[in-house]
Amino acid sequence: MLAYVIRRLLIAVPTILLLIVASFFLMHFAPGGPFTSERPLPPQVLANIEARYGLDQPLWKQLWDYLYNIVVHFDFGPSFKFKDRDVNDIIAQGFPISLTYGMLSFIVATLVGVSLGIAAAIRHNSWIDYFAVGLGIAAQALPNFIMGPILILTFTLWLGWLPGGGWNGGQWQYLIMPVIALATSYMGSIARITRSSMLEVLNSNFIRTARAKGLPTRTVIWRHALKPTLLPVVSYLGPVFVYVLTGSVFVDIYFSTGGLGQAYVGSALSRDYAVLLGVTILYGVLTVLVNLLTDLAYAWFDPKIRY
Amino acid sequence: MNTILRNSVAGLLCSTFITGAALAAGNHPVTGEPLADDQTFVYRVLDEHSSVDPQVVEDVSGAEIVRDLFEGLMNQDENGNLVPGVATGYTTNETKDVYTFTLRDNAKWSNGDPVTAHDFVYAWKRAVDPALSSPYAWFMELMSIENAAEIIAGEKPVDDLGVKAIDDHTLEVKLSAPLPYFPQMTTHSTTFPAPRKVIEQFGDEWTKPGNIVSNGAYVLTEHLPNERSVRERNPMYWDNENTIIDKVVALVINDENVALTRYLAGELDRTEVPAGQFPRLKKEYPNEAISFPRLCNYYYTFNLSDSGPEAFKDPNVRQALSLAVDRKIITENILAGGQPEAYTFVPEATAGFTPPVVEMATMTQAERDELAKELLAEAGYGPDNPLSFSMVYNTSEAHKKVAVALSQMWKQKLGAQVELANMEWKIFLEERGNQNFDLARGAWCGDYNEASTFLDLLQSDSGYNDGKYSNPKVDELLAQAKTSDDPAPLYTEVERIIAQETPVIPIYHYAGVYMLDSDVGNWPVNNVEQNWYSKNLYKIAE
Repeated sequence: MLAYVIRRLLIAVPTILLLIVASFFLMHFAPGGPFTSERPLPPQVLANIEARYGLDQPLWKQLWDYLYNIVVHFDFGPSFKFKDRDVNDIIAQGFPISLTYGMLSFIVATLVGVSLGIAAAIRHNSWIDYFAVGLGIAAQALPNFIMGPILILTFTLWLGWLPGGGWNGGQWQYLIMPVIALATSYMGSIARITRSSMLEVLNSNFIRTARAKGLPTRTVIWRHALKPTLLPVVSYLGPVFVYVLTGSVFVDIYFSTGGLGQAYVGSALSRDYAVLLGVTILYGVLTVLVNLLTDLAYAWFDPKIRY
Repeated sequence: MNTILRNSVAGLLCSTFITGAALAAGNHPVTGEPLADDQTFVYRVLDEHSSVDPQVVEDVSGAEIVRDLFEGLMNQDENGNLVPGVATGYTTNETKDVYTFTLRDNAKWSNGDPVTAHDFVYAWKRAVDPALSSPYAWFMELMSIENAAEIIAGEKPVDDLGVKAIDDHTLEVKLSAPLPYFPQMTTHSTTFPAPRKVIEQFGDEWTKPGNIVSNGAYVLTEHLPNERSVRERNPMYWDNENTIIDKVVALVINDENVALTRYLAGELDRTEVPAGQFPRLKKEYPNEAISFPRLCNYYYTFNLSDSGPEAFKDPNVRQALSLAVDRKIITENILAGGQPEAYTFVPEATAGFTPPVVEMATMTQAERDELAKELLAEAGYGPDNPLSFSMVYNTSEAHKKVAVALSQMWKQKLGAQVELANMEWKIFLEERGNQNFDLARGAWCGDYNEASTFLDLLQSDSGYNDGKYSNPKVDELLAQAKTSDDPAPLYTEVERIIAQETPVIPIYHYAGVYMLDSDVGNWPVNNVEQNWYSKNLYKIAE
């Protein structure tokens, strides 16, 4: 097990490196640069600025310096657009925000989704089942960019219960709408996967044996059926976890949370190279780690899997 | 004596009067309106500001904050006129190439230090210093300050800049060429003073709340990037007694429709109205939906360089395309926000600018269409040989609507085959800057309230002249205007030439279209540059 984890982490290093190199060159090949503007800078001013940020160096040298600074100083470079902040600042400010409501959305989506799915499977073909399936499908069809406007119009404009955006230190009123917007469609998917998985498990031989032994339904479900049911759910949750953290771009922008998604999109549009690359690396590392955790979780859920 | 000096005397008298009246009464000292207990102004900004460092800031939302945090030599009033800032007035020599500013002796930084002429000298040298490499260094060059260009180019040491503190309260500026509107340019944030001690102590971090020391009516107290920034009253400000707004909150809201919803829910005091929604909002909220002219134009530029289409080399073709644009449809049906139709490049609202009588503007649209067809036929284009070209604009819903309307007008009236393309902003700039286009969208907001800020775009060697229009007569007139005491007729003449030759198609001039809470007093709707100062606003009790 430990050897497996170490092996996986070692493979992660070249993966991340490849990600950095590929992103670096793609970014530089995109037309326009950080200082392209409607008001073209006089050549001398542009030269001064480029010299200041090392952009006058050949690309390979820039890449080398970039990697060197990360490895040696853990410095992800300056922002070209926001002169008084560097990438470390931007991530330190934005990531905790994205992480907070990303985690909350993940928890809400998982708890509600799994509960709905189990309820539907246990009461197969009853009104509970139809209701849960209907809700699941409806939720899945409501991506966050549809949920956002619906929520704001309802809770901010018509009912006047919740502030229409902002962060304000992460007070609960400011969290509700972003979390619902982000969680809804994943919750729908989780509910459907859980339901079909549970139905399959409930029809399998070992459950029939458990029932035949005369075990109460509750024990059958919780002790025997739940773990195998969750296996496909877990394999779905891994990517979902990364999505709620990285895919929160819309929510960040729509609800003005100050999260990292806004900085990410903004940096791509303004060719703020170091910010774009820094956030890409962060998301890359997260993806690799979460995938590893997911694989490890399989072993716990399914005794047949051993590393 | 200069008008500014006279103004400043009037200003001093006025402020003495106000101080005498005392503010605590809860009524506005001049208008008598009852003031709200909570003097907080909350407004929406589209994007996170680039910086609040006066010498570094390069975007509008950043400049708005900087104008509250710092105060330069001169300010603008509600109508865009110059009023004293840190300087109480100025004098200039006969040849208008030396300006001497007198600084008030009661101006203080927020840490209590006096604001002196040395702070301006430090700031101005900082702005041109290649070590800071300010993206706005060019502004100091535009101000014609002696040696600015050479210092930026690294050919002369920073200390050679033509600015000198004669004593703590006298600042002398030498120009490399006479510039009649030099004082107007000192309202620009690049020229604001900078606190040397603090910058040297904190380096790049000096603008963070807690570190920052400023000399304006407000200090920065909170900043969560991409979410909000908060500025609060600076008790050290020399005119603090007459400042009414206590706290200003700028909320970053990227989506204009969300911003409007949050405005309607009462979270904001001011936001922009999305294109096309003004008539509805005006009907529902007649006291809150406002529209007023701004100092910006919206146009399409022909590519007149070698890479441009042959057809556009013919002025008749360009004229025909311009004539066939029904500007009324665009301003009234698409934008619907009170934008004026444009027949000149310079907005009519620009100070000291008299637009020429442009023939096109006096015709009906039917007459224009008729003439357009004739001109195009003359140029050899018709049903058998249709005019065909592409037009590019940067990706945006509003630009798309305008572009589609234009292409349809040209197609229906002139039978032209128009291909539309949109590009992401940076790619668009790159392509337009490299003349990889036939017809491209352009827009320009004045850097200062004077026609040359627009017309310079059409000068042959201007870096912003993406259409590569070149006319020696225009260049000559513009060069003359730079040093002329009365440049207005020269600008009018330039516009007349542009109207004939049509290197660009002016579409409309911008309007500021806002939802502004009716309890916000004194919003400067007549300041076409929209240089607003929170210290001049107030909230009326509801």
